[in-house]
Amino acid sequence: MNHSISLTVNGARRDFVLDDPRVTLLDLLRERLHLTGTKKGCDRGQCGACTILVDGKRINSCLALAISHDGADILTIEGVARGDQLHPVQAAFIAHDGFQCGFCTPGQIMSAIGMMQEAQAGNDPERIRECMSGNLCRCGAYAGIVDAVLEAQGQMDESNQRRSA
Amino acid sequence: MKPFDYVRPATVSEAVVAAARPGAAYLAAGTNLLDLMKGNISRPDRLVDVTHLDGLDAIETLPDGSLRIGALVSNADLAHDPAFAKTYPAVAEALLSGASAQLRNAATVGGNLLQRTRCAYFYDTASRCNKREAGSGCDAREGESRGHAVLGWSDSCIATHPSDFCVPLVALDAVVEIEGRGGRREIALDELHRLPGNSPERESALEPGDLVVAVRLPPAARGFAAHARYLKVRDRTSYAFAVVSAAAALRIENGKVAEARIALGGVAAKPWRARAAEDVLRGVAPTADAFQEAAWRALTDAKPSGDNAFKIELARRIVVRALRLAAAGTPARLPALPASPFASTSGAIHA
Amino acid sequence: MPELNLTSAPAHLRHGSNIGQPLTRRDGVLKVTGQATYAADNHPPGMLFAVIAVSGIAHGRVVSLDVAAAKRHPGVVDVMTPDHKPQLAIDPEIKTNPFVFRMETLQSNEVRYANQPIAVVIAETLEAATEGAALLAPRYETLPPLVGLDAGESFVPPVVGVGNPTENHLGDVEAGLASAEKRIDATYETPPQYHNAMEPHAIVVQWDGDRLSVDMPTQGLMLSLARIAELFGIAHDKIHIRSPFLGGGFGSKGLMGGPPVLGIMAAKLVGRPIKLVLRREQMYGPVGHRAPTRQRLRIGADSEGRLTALDHHARTVSSMFDDFYEPAADASHTLYAAPAIRTSHDAVRVNTGTPLFMRAPGEATGSIALESAIDEMAWACGMDPLAFRLKNYAEVEPISGKPFSSKALRACYEQGAARFGWAKRSPQPRQMRDDAGLLVGWGMGTATFPALMFQAEARAAIRRDGSGVMEIGAHDMGQGAWTALAQIAADAVGLDIDRVTFKAGTSDLPDAGIAGGSAHTATAGAAIHSAGAAVIAKLADLATGDERSPLFGAGNTGVIARDGRLIRRDDESRGESYAEILARAGVAEVEARGTGAPNPAAMEEYAMHAHGAVFAEVKVDPELGQIRVTRMVGAFAAGRIVNPRMVQSQLFGGMIWGMSFALHEEAITDRRTGRIMNANLGEYHVPVNADVPPLDVITVEEQDPHVNTLGIKGVGEIGITGSAGAVANAVWHATGVRVRRFPIRIEDLLTQL
Repeated sequence: MNHSISLTVNGARRDFVLDDPRVTLLDLLRERLHLTGTKKGCDRGQCGACTILVDGKRINSCLALAISHDGADILTIEGVARGDQLHPVQAAFIAHDGFQCGFCTPGQIMSAIGMMQEAQAGNDPERIRECMSGNLCRCGAYAGIVDAVLEAQGQMDESNQRRSA
Repeated sequence: MKPFDYVRPATVSEAVVAAARPGAAYLAAGTNLLDLMKGNISRPDRLVDVTHLDGLDAIETLPDGSLRIGALVSNADLAHDPAFAKTYPAVAEALLSGASAQLRNAATVGGNLLQRTRCAYFYDTASRCNKREAGSGCDAREGESRGHAVLGWSDSCIATHPSDFCVPLVALDAVVEIEGRGGRREIALDELHRLPGNSPERESALEPGDLVVAVRLPPAARGFAAHARYLKVRDRTSYAFAVVSAAAALRIENGKVAEARIALGGVAAKPWRARAAEDVLRGVAPTADAFQEAAWRALTDAKPSGDNAFKIELARRIVVRALRLAAAGTPARLPALPASPFASTSGAIHA
Repeated sequence: MPELNLTSAPAHLRHGSNIGQPLTRRDGVLKVTGQATYAADNHPPGMLFAVIAVSGIAHGRVVSLDVAAAKRHPGVVDVMTPDHKPQLAIDPEIKTNPFVFRMETLQSNEVRYANQPIAVVIAETLEAATEGAALLAPRYETLPPLVGLDAGESFVPPVVGVGNPTENHLGDVEAGLASAEKRIDATYETPPQYHNAMEPHAIVVQWDGDRLSVDMPTQGLMLSLARIAELFGIAHDKIHIRSPFLGGGFGSKGLMGGPPVLGIMAAKLVGRPIKLVLRREQMYGPVGHRAPTRQRLRIGADSEGRLTALDHHARTVSSMFDDFYEPAADASHTLYAAPAIRTSHDAVRVNTGTPLFMRAPGEATGSIALESAIDEMAWACGMDPLAFRLKNYAEVEPISGKPFSSKALRACYEQGAARFGWAKRSPQPRQMRDDAGLLVGWGMGTATFPALMFQAEARAAIRRDGSGVMEIGAHDMGQGAWTALAQIAADAVGLDIDRVTFKAGTSDLPDAGIAGGSAHTATAGAAIHSAGAAVIAKLADLATGDERSPLFGAGNTGVIARDGRLIRRDDESRGESYAEILARAGVAEVEARGTGAPNPAAMEEYAMHAHGAVFAEVKVDPELGQIRVTRMVGAFAAGRIVNPRMVQSQLFGGMIWGMSFALHEEAITDRRTGRIMNANLGEYHVPVNADVPPLDVITVEEQDPHVNTLGIKGVGEIGITGSAGAVANAVWHATGVRVRRFPIRIEDLLTQL
């Protein structure tokens, strides 16, 4: 049975017919929309490589059926930079070498952006470590990841202060 | 994954009808169900998607002081609700010690209650499992059983229930509201999960079509806010299931324990309420000796189901520690590492 | 064919372009924006999805597969089985060279280990292929599997690792033990471990007649190409492999394994492009792992704490059908001076996928046992663990007697200890607590890894516009080849890094050898350096031989290449740009090749190793037994550091692997079935962010004129060695409980706390 669904992906509305209800958001993005920045590391919610934002919240896209998210607003790694202007989290990952092989990186960055919006960790490194623990990095770039998040959080705090001043 | 019909009912009653058919399963976030379907452990013919139903995502205080949590409230939204975290701190701490931030954002309250065991033999379709396939046998019994049950198990099944959330909930006498073919009913959370006995495939008191619509904390649950903790020992610092966990909640009046609530996680096929241990503490001073006695009582009936005798001793010690932490008082802010032994504040261990 | 378009990091993040500068990654923007293309990200037109079905038993035979059921599933195109598959040109069981390992390519119904590929389902969608594989419902004739280190009669393998002797001797170990004042005799066990790179093994295949195009992560482009060529009977120049980025390798993508071959076969079978990606649970079998070991160490010391003997024996396993033996005892060859040393190995065969190289193969497993035993010996002698190690410092390589090409280990000990604050350590265990009452322990370990060199070739060119080109089929699996090798290339041709087009990661480029053995930067770097020197020499010939040039008559050794110009060595004011030289000569470009290779004479004369010292702090809950690493300092001397930022990252990663070895990683095998019961990332624990404390790396200055042209020793693997032992020793120091089975678990401590 075909199902018509519509999603907003990185700001653009996408309407399409889903011929198979088994398709996850992850496989939809990667294999059907060819947005391959989002990675499949385990396909079972155990590594975080597939993290995307759905309606502003970070989730594992491997454990989400596309059909169930009809109408959702999706942000993937491809939609984070504004043209050539990197998002502060992206720039900070480069500056702090928050990755090696880069495979977990899109998930780490989406998770970091989601975490900053959740506003639970602030600039406490221990809380950041805990709140980023859903994203495995086998290369072991965790130190750089935490430093990158701290820097990006600092920039965000600063610009929020400027805005409210 | 087996092909399935996808149904999106408009109302709860439509959902109940759609899900009452054999081979149907409810889909909420899917963080457990999809995992099971990908592993071919669950092969439903029909998914009844309840995520679009109205009215199941509210957190509301009822006139009698109960708190009613809609089944579709996400684990994260509940834990981060400031009023909830302040009133039921052990529940918030348990929620935030479970899974990862991504999973907590998706996973629902109802789904958390009904998540399946993490027994490796249940997950491994090449192994025999009475829970997955009734009457096929239990390969865990003589297998790699380090993480298995020490309470309430049977020769048919030694699996444990993996939820953290359910542990403080059961301690606080949570009630589950269920919509079924016969209409609305409610049962104590402690009655929801079944011990395996000879039929481990029957995991809960739910009948076909039954939909958990809400979880309710009774008014008395508010009385423990000042002294409630959840403690979870894990094989890594975060993003791991409990080896053993415990929730402890105390109502302390005039230097005596007026009422104690204790439940254990990771030890049985259900969140394990330790009522005998609670009785030990009623009316006594919150001392180390009393806590030791309570812990001893909590595990009186425990026996290893395999290579897991250590879990009994560990559970005793966790009960003692959780009680000690609860007695010391709920921290003003949830620790950076929720429920972790490494969340301890200064002097916590020597207290 | 898509040209890889590398985007530079923003200019403000750049600190320079030469060797030694901490450049940010040149592939950084691609990686943080999701544009870096890994193998599974490719979608050639008309592509089908292939999914492998794997064996549920570890030993026996597949009796039947329900192919019809799979084919009935909508979208399933074909099912490849032993009875229905394209023929290979040669029997894949034939080992045509020492780097060929036997693989499962559906050649028979025999099952030799759990998770062995037994069929491949090909379908229009991933969903259909995945369900098709589930519908095959294999039936088996099951034989009892051999499981564990005591599975059967042990034997002495002919070699361990890659061609290492099984046994080594120096002096009389028994006499040394007999004369010792203090002795220990301790047995340590390490579990099977799986690489678990974040990127599952993947291949996208397109056949065009007898031409083959492959996207596949590989640490060895040319080895893979040669293996594909012989298996499919096609010429090397008909095969093109792209591997611009690996999502981690750690040894599991070094040699051609069965799954990618199955992808190539499947594409041939159906005549359409194929994508085949391993599922995470399928990575626990056909793509290698670190074998379990049981290691017995007998050590003797005299009354002053000097070693009198060191005997290190390792038992390991290999598969039923091939040979790879974890060279664990070899870890005792290089670190500590003793008049008598013996290392030996034996093995049993079990029903497992063949163990293979996994980050620091032998060194990692051997190191945690050796460093634990040295710690035990220091305690037995009543000495501080660092003082004991210094007392037994090897001034020459102990067994061979060769001098070290360089060895700044003393400086590593000193600087690491100072940074860590080691001097404040309580000599007795279980003496230190933090404010909360948690037990605190400090431990250390010595790190070492051989400085290896393989063979590589590079091609350099200078173009008419004065820009440079450097081509080498090198591999970036996260260590930073795109950046570090480009830095070497920029220096080699005397240009700013932005003026050099650096090409890597495809099989049509010169052979860079294998990215393994911590030798890739050294080997590929040497080739690049030599190709650069050769092309500059050609350019210099053009200029110095032309009387119109200001460099005329300077001779090609009389000029220096710098910033895109050749200048006279004796008068730096005289020179001209590369563009001017080529324009005048009317040449579009000059090119040259260069090679990197081991220097047999230097190897004969010197022992070549990187070294380090790792210090770790752990906290242990005194009642509950949960362990957390709270601090680690590693000081490493590894020759020349090409890019300090990336070297630090590699060493951090290694230290985390060491922590993981000591506390987390273990594949749990059901002893009755040989099935791995935690073949996933939920229960096979690798450290998460919250497990990793602030880490501190010191790179100790070390200049090594012998090891290779550039003086590079490599840092990819050394970080694990030393670190695993340091964490284990810290757990002992915290608790007073010596655990000799790894990883250390809660229950190992609980009842003894």
